[in-house]
Amino acid sequence: MPDAPGLELIRGEIEQDHPGAVLDTSFDRGQAALLADPAQILAVLGWLREAPGQGYDFLSSLHVADYLPAEPRFGVHYELLNRDQVERLRVKAMLADPGDGALPEIDSCVELFPTAEFQEREAYDFFGIAFRGHPDLTRILMPDDYVGWPQRRDFPVGGEPVTFTYNERNYG
Amino acid sequence: MRERQLRARDMLRGDLEGEELERYVEEKVVLTNFEKMLGWARANSMFPLTFGLACCAIEAPISLVTARYDIARFGAEALRASPRQADMIILSGRVSIKMAPVVRRLYDQMLEPKWAISMGACSSSGGMFSNYAVVQGADKFMPIDLHIPGCPPRPEAVLYGFTKLQRKIQGNPDQGWRQRYDAAGTEEWARGGPRSEPSPEAAEAYETARGLIRA
Repeated sequence: MPDAPGLELIRGEIEQDHPGAVLDTSFDRGQAALLADPAQILAVLGWLREAPGQGYDFLSSLHVADYLPAEPRFGVHYELLNRDQVERLRVKAMLADPGDGALPEIDSCVELFPTAEFQEREAYDFFGIAFRGHPDLTRILMPDDYVGWPQRRDFPVGGEPVTFTYNERNYG
Repeated sequence: MRERQLRARDMLRGDLEGEELERYVEEKVVLTNFEKMLGWARANSMFPLTFGLACCAIEAPISLVTARYDIARFGAEALRASPRQADMIILSGRVSIKMAPVVRRLYDQMLEPKWAISMGACSSSGGMFSNYAVVQGADKFMPIDLHIPGCPPRPEAVLYGFTKLQRKIQGNPDQGWRQRYDAAGTEEWARGGPRSEPSPEAAEAYETARGLIRA
């Protein structure tokens, strides 16, 4: 895990090669994170992977969170790992909901990290994030004919309320 | 023992007559009808399907064949790996909406007569998984003969349920405590009643979901 000055150093170096690619940094509870511009996410990930002295060549997890009342609401998180120095770095890209049922889009990083293929499909399955350039962007866990993006925070929980006659009589 | 053999020999020779012969026949012959005999045979030679869905599978099909619980005592130790050879399916765990067509297909592949046990809270009602991914009760998509409550039910409970199923197969279904306490007809139903209309809350949630998707 790079410390806070190290994180700023990384940011400065990325800034030289890709101006405007890193919007912000955060160092919280010992965890370093870069907030990247979604349009340049591949540049940032590729730089962290290829640049000499970096070597974040392992994507240990890719996941999405829905921060609904916040705007932009979707956060795509890339957990990178440098296996030589056992250093972890989080890259985060925030995506706005385009509305009208359209899906938020971001470039797929399958070319850089083949392991992202299933994880991007999972993110698509549950949050409806469209990864541009993914070889086979279909649902992975829910049935193929499922309608909706069930892990979004505005998706109803589902299920059925269990109503017993006792409750109906007293509270119905 | 010797005496019995001698009497059997006498009977075969034709030496037994009158009252003695009648007593002999009464001792040796059991009268029943074909349905009862068939039910008895079916109930005591069940072939369960080797099939587990979730954590309940540890308690039912796996534990039941071990020496400690030993379902062989009830004649159901021959687990079949193919639904076409099985008589009984135990739904041991929650059925997700993706798994439901598969379970239904397995059930359809089983040959008549066939029985289904819904084991545990999840497969009977959805249990704690009241959410978008799990079917709220397996009897929404296939007929269930017996529900075993519990989360998970202990293997003893499953065995008890299995013996109840055996009685049902023999045409003598147990009413259990409802019979003992004269409480038949007091079953509780979720709103909508036994004909399974969705409850108003469920219908509303469904409409909301469809509306959000259309919007």
